[in-house]
Amino acid sequence: MASPVLTFTDHGIFCPAGDFHIDPWRPVPRALVTHGHSDHARPGMGSYLVSDQALPVIRRRLGPITADAIPFGQSRQIGGATVSFHPAGHVPGSAQIKVTVAGETWVVSGDYKTEPDGLAEPYEPVRCHTFISECTFGLPVFRWEPQPKVMARIAEWWAANAAAGKLSILGAYSFGKAQRLLAGLSPQGPILTHAAVEDMTQVLRDQGYPLPPTTRVTPDITGRSHPGALVIAPPSALGSAWASRLGPTEEAFVSGWMAVRGIRRRRALGTGFVLSDHADWPGLNDAIAATGAERIFVTHGYTTPFRRWLETQGYDAGIVETRFTGDDAEAVE
Amino acid sequence: MNRFAALFAALDGTTKTGAKTAALADYFRTAPEADRVWTIALLTGRRPRRSVSATELRLWAAEAAGIPDWLFEESYAVVGDLAETIALLLPALPTGPDLDLTLDEAIRGLGRLTGQPTELRRAAVLAAWGQMTAVERFLYNKLLTGGFRMGVAQGLLTRALAQATGVEEATLAHRLMGDWDPATTTFPALIAGDGGGNARPYPFALASQLENGPGALGPPADWLAEWKWDGIRGQLIARPGTYALWSRGEELITDRFPDLAPLADFLPAGTVIDGEILAWNTGENRPQPFAALQRRIGRKTVSKALLAEAPARFLAYDLLEDAGEDIRHLPLSHRRARMEAVIAALPPGLPVAVSPGIAFHDWDALAHTRATARAKSAEGLMLKRAASPYFAGRKRGDWWKWKLDPWTVDAVMLYAQAGHGRRANLFTDFTFGVTLWPGPQGPRRTGVRDRVRRNTGQPSAQVRHRAALSAHAALAA
Repeated sequence: MASPVLTFTDHGIFCPAGDFHIDPWRPVPRALVTHGHSDHARPGMGSYLVSDQALPVIRRRLGPITADAIPFGQSRQIGGATVSFHPAGHVPGSAQIKVTVAGETWVVSGDYKTEPDGLAEPYEPVRCHTFISECTFGLPVFRWEPQPKVMARIAEWWAANAAAGKLSILGAYSFGKAQRLLAGLSPQGPILTHAAVEDMTQVLRDQGYPLPPTTRVTPDITGRSHPGALVIAPPSALGSAWASRLGPTEEAFVSGWMAVRGIRRRRALGTGFVLSDHADWPGLNDAIAATGAERIFVTHGYTTPFRRWLETQGYDAGIVETRFTGDDAEAVE
Repeated sequence: MNRFAALFAALDGTTKTGAKTAALADYFRTAPEADRVWTIALLTGRRPRRSVSATELRLWAAEAAGIPDWLFEESYAVVGDLAETIALLLPALPTGPDLDLTLDEAIRGLGRLTGQPTELRRAAVLAAWGQMTAVERFLYNKLLTGGFRMGVAQGLLTRALAQATGVEEATLAHRLMGDWDPATTTFPALIAGDGGGNARPYPFALASQLENGPGALGPPADWLAEWKWDGIRGQLIARPGTYALWSRGEELITDRFPDLAPLADFLPAGTVIDGEILAWNTGENRPQPFAALQRRIGRKTVSKALLAEAPARFLAYDLLEDAGEDIRHLPLSHRRARMEAVIAALPPGLPVAVSPGIAFHDWDALAHTRATARAKSAEGLMLKRAASPYFAGRKRGDWWKWKLDPWTVDAVMLYAQAGHGRRANLFTDFTFGVTLWPGPQGPRRTGVRDRVRRNTGQPSAQVRHRAALSAHAALAA
């Protein structure tokens, strides 16, 4: 029997026919990378192949690397394998990677979400025989509300804080979630950004993603100079000296994990908005069904129950262990 | 339940006391009156009776969500709260018209389900779920399961109610005490103090922890000292036709302590005493350890054998009502003198005594006395300003608890286990290894840690085998 299209090694997912890895976590000669988040795009690879739209962020984050980019949907032959990148809807530029060897197709989802967010290239189902799916939120308690509802709630919160003379600080991952908020919230006042957020925003703006004007927070900026402003900062900035310097503020964390009250409370967060860049339970199930795959490997998240669930649904299901697991609230989104 | 859900969201969405108080005060001004009464009841731990069991809820929710039982349990383990798990599992959009029941209607509706056949109760709960938003569903489930925690302390509740009604906080705190029934009490009656009946207790005065010794408290002559007993703080009420014993948690525990009941016949009507319930060692005339009393807590009826093994005794700290008069505003020294007189007038042989005062002239002498607390079966000392009134709740400055420092031991954590239910995602159970025999550097400090560190930081087999004792400690998280 021929070796499988993809195998799972201690360096990451490996394609023997094409001699490349996908999202490897240890240095390898050739890496195909789904997107720019640090648990997928690791430094030290001999060469990188990424989507056109993902390259600027990856370059910005990894520094001088040997990298090549490919448009979404375009096929490329690597050894005995044919590969192509397809939008995953997770963050701008994020891809699923399709690998075909001798007529058998496997797809690595990377991180994905099925609801279009207005900024990232919308998720596109890809037919395959075997689908390797993330399942960060692979339990039925995770069901997202439609984005416009959540954005409306954030806007309401922002307006109420502004009326009370306070700045509104949103904690959001600096690449992806931050820009999704920028694109999804109608401006009702100045928008300030933490340096880490501004960096990524500028990279995406230069690529042509439609993002509103923002102002990087510098030492002279406070609630006095920018009354009623919205501040977007990485979660680690919440409750920090950086935040308190700004004057009277209200803080909120924007994450899928905020769906669980206990997680929010254990982090002593008052306000949480449930907005995730990962698929929720219906999203995962719909996406998996849409691939037409009979065999599913699950990774990143509630792998054990999700695999068992898929088996009850008639799939041949397995687990891929990764060095990065997303099964707690501290996980990177 | 829209209004109640909005209140909950406001309370839950902030960790700031000021914002919580404002949200509650607004609710107490504007919500339907019957809902206000239920809200006060829920926030003070008065739960509606359960009409549906937790097992039934799990079953029906899993069915409604179309998932197997094991997946429900996996979800519950992550969410850590049954009501929330169910609220999250069901599809978010209401399947029926939004009924918007008031809180009062919802609770009374649940009350009517009690004793109905399973099919009927199941249909009613499923229908209700279908007509509610996720937050409303969560709160409805909380009503069903009976456990309500909204992060609202008693003080915050009374402050908000005081803002909304204009009645003074301490007065309100007293009026909310006791055995009132939210199903039959109106809001005006509750606020006016007509709800609690004859057995209504006073709010307990609470002490603060004394961290750095009593040096900064001023002249010792201004203070009274007594033992801090390790029992159940209680309030004994003898009023015309009424005898009641309340725990600090505002639970009526009269029937749990039948051995204290003879007091009902002898205490003058119109007497309220604050004190400690202890299991008494009659032979040595001293308290038994708390563990002895613990065997009696939680039992509705106490067996004769247990009554004989752990007889209850009430040690009196303070007199709050004397001859029907509320004397809480008088100085402690005065109240105590009157209490001694009341108890001295009782016939001998009753299971009550004044908790003895400790005479002292300087703080150093008192520190020496404190060091002997363990031998007295006490946790340490209480220091109370002689001129202090009996205030409602915790008021820093007049009452201090000066506990003994806990013992310490060098131990090695061998295992940590994750908790269940609402403690999911937290480590709650730990297993420790402790060496029992003296080593070269003396007992206890034999360097268990050093040995482990030498073994690459792992709980080594050496430690595991040489550890003569494995201590299993459940941490209250």
